[in-house]
Amino acid sequence: MHKPNVQLSEKGKLKHFLTIDGFNRTLLTEILDTAESFTGVFERTVKKIPLLRGKVICNLFFENSTRTQTTFEVAAKRLSADVLNLNISTSATAKGETLLDTLRNLEAMHVDMFVVRHADSGAAHFIARHAAPHVSVINAGDGRHAHPTQAMLDMFTIRRHKGEFTGLRVAIVGDILHSRVARSQILALNTLGTSEVRVIAPRTLLPAACRTLGVHVYHDLERGIREVDVVIMLRLQKERMQGALLPSEHEYFQLYGLTEDRLQAAKKDAIVMHPGPIKRGVEMDSLTADGPRSVILQQVSFGIAVRMAVMSMALGSQGVAR
Amino acid sequence: MKEPNQIRITGGRLIDPVNDIDEIGDLYIADGVIQGLGKIPDGFDAELTIDASSQIVCPGLIDLSARLREPGQEHKATLKSETKAAACGGITTLCCPPDTHPVIDTPAMATLVRKRAQRIGTTRVLPVGALTQGLQGEQLSEMDTLHRAGCTVFSNAELPLANTLVERRVLEYAATFGITVLLRPEDRHLRDQGCAHEGPVASRLGLPGIPEAAETVAVARDLALAEQTGCRIHFRGLSSGTAVRMLGQAQQNRLPVSADVTAHHLHLTETDLEGFDSNCHVNPPLRSLADRNALREGIAMGVISAICSDHQPHEADAKQAPFPSSAPGISALETLLPLTLRLVDEGVLSLSAAIALITCGPADILGLPLGRLSVGTSADICIFDPAQHWQLLAEKMVSAGRNSPFVGWEFAGRVTHTLLEGRVVYNAPSGGMIDNEIGNGTDAWLQPAIRRPETIQCE
Repeated sequence: MHKPNVQLSEKGKLKHFLTIDGFNRTLLTEILDTAESFTGVFERTVKKIPLLRGKVICNLFFENSTRTQTTFEVAAKRLSADVLNLNISTSATAKGETLLDTLRNLEAMHVDMFVVRHADSGAAHFIARHAAPHVSVINAGDGRHAHPTQAMLDMFTIRRHKGEFTGLRVAIVGDILHSRVARSQILALNTLGTSEVRVIAPRTLLPAACRTLGVHVYHDLERGIREVDVVIMLRLQKERMQGALLPSEHEYFQLYGLTEDRLQAAKKDAIVMHPGPIKRGVEMDSLTADGPRSVILQQVSFGIAVRMAVMSMALGSQGVAR
Repeated sequence: MKEPNQIRITGGRLIDPVNDIDEIGDLYIADGVIQGLGKIPDGFDAELTIDASSQIVCPGLIDLSARLREPGQEHKATLKSETKAAACGGITTLCCPPDTHPVIDTPAMATLVRKRAQRIGTTRVLPVGALTQGLQGEQLSEMDTLHRAGCTVFSNAELPLANTLVERRVLEYAATFGITVLLRPEDRHLRDQGCAHEGPVASRLGLPGIPEAAETVAVARDLALAEQTGCRIHFRGLSSGTAVRMLGQAQQNRLPVSADVTAHHLHLTETDLEGFDSNCHVNPPLRSLADRNALREGIAMGVISAICSDHQPHEADAKQAPFPSSAPGISALETLLPLTLRLVDEGVLSLSAAIALITCGPADILGLPLGRLSVGTSADICIFDPAQHWQLLAEKMVSAGRNSPFVGWEFAGRVTHTLLEGRVVYNAPSGGMIDNEIGNGTDAWLQPAIRRPETIQCE
């Protein structure tokens, strides 16, 4: 059965940004181009443009994340929107309020956009399906499913450094199984025409039927990053040692930790990325994280431009003058 | 109004897989019992005649697993609402799993469920006894006492026994009394926090996966223990092709094992989860197309001998949540017959074989002389119009739970009459339910189930 793309308005414009899945290359490129046009805003003395003046954007975070929430807040404020920050940690759900009740309460405050983070895969879809028709939803991470704005800022960073995606070889290293970032990156890279996407991890950190995601699977770091243009390192959460997925951080670093030495296998001009926060000495050593090929801090500042692009496009699609 | 005692059903196509009957003829009922097929019994004087021309007359359906939510979760559904839904779906006998609140682990609870259902009088409800006290998987329940109180079969509901020693003892104790044990083959550790089949769709959607091995490891373990103990076991709800093959092999080795499959596993697959449709959140999970096809082959080959609804009605809120947090289960009583008939349209089964899977198939698993049109057996009858096309609409569902992924589907074949022990409990042409509440349901057809093994008197 064909299900229509809930992320697009009737006119085919961006309405919700829940996952990269279902978007074509044109739309992803439009997001990147729009983000490009916003990068100039940071250099101005007045770092604001009045695109979303009078709009109310609500950061609805059911999982704590200071960093992501801050970049969304900064992006919204640069667009002159009003921002509500709501951190509804697990305690609020323990009080018995359902997700729908929370949503209805906030809608009553005339919110135009929800930026949602939730521990359940599919939570952003659920909220988009039940939100009032005029409300846009941006997924800021749902369970293991998707984190599309993070993936787009990574695409932006890659495009800045490499130009085109065609011909590129990209390796993603680490906990693919639990990573919403990796899932969105893989979809975005493939949609944008990347020649080869590789994932590098032990079997315990790879999802079942991994190849069906459109990747080449490697278990050996040095072989996996041979001749690649981009190395994306993923976060490794401490919980992974408890679920019998990994023996120790020590062994993980020995096998999958990125060092300058190992990076020799990649192309000379390869860039190193990480969605943050980095655990030095587990995912990569300090020398690499702060090294000449690391573009990790650029990712953070590009993140604001990309989020501005997505927010303005989603709210612009509802007939607000751009 | 006095109920008609002698009923004649005329002109219908009688289908009874047990007696290999498929012919147009009349059916005669008196005193709640089938009196004759084809020719009129001596001295029969019909007080009620049901015209079944161009319709199919078959035994009333038997469902091996349906949650009725009463007692304990009446906000989801009640015995009254669900037995009514069952009657509308042509179901005359259903098994109520022991995970009610409180658990069916005492004779009082078994009697309560049975008697309440009898007072309503719409559907025969068989309480399934708990294998262990409180379903805790630690201490044996009083199986013999529960058996006497009307528990025909036993299970540990959705809480598979984690301790293999307890499972061995449970099966040995049940075997002592010739009791059939229903097992949900699932390894709890492998299932973990999973909520979807571990495959390409769950990988892409980032849904925590339930591997096939969560089922096959349990099937292998249960088969080994069945062989060790000689207990007759039945797998409640298979979902994977590998499990079907393992079962087929065990049957070839003459192990007394059987299995059922839910109607939804025969029609849906993991791809139906796209868009995070929480109505497709079920346990065991919807698996791959290859698994679905293997399950279809399993019923066609007779390895799987029953189709069940695994009815789990929910209030709307239980499904109004992100997929992993929504409650699993489908409200499925009303789609059991139409989904089974659909398999005939799709060329999987003959009509007679399809009807066998929802009548005599489950009856044989329960060890009850039901699900057949034999003279002298309970007049539990389902009459349906195979040509009537209809669409399942949420607001038209009779069950209190409207959680069905089949809403919007079009079906061919609709129940027109349901008779339980010779009483018309559902009559579509005259507006549906017959509200009798006269409390004349009986235990009569439960007694033959109490089978004592011959060796019990030894020494």
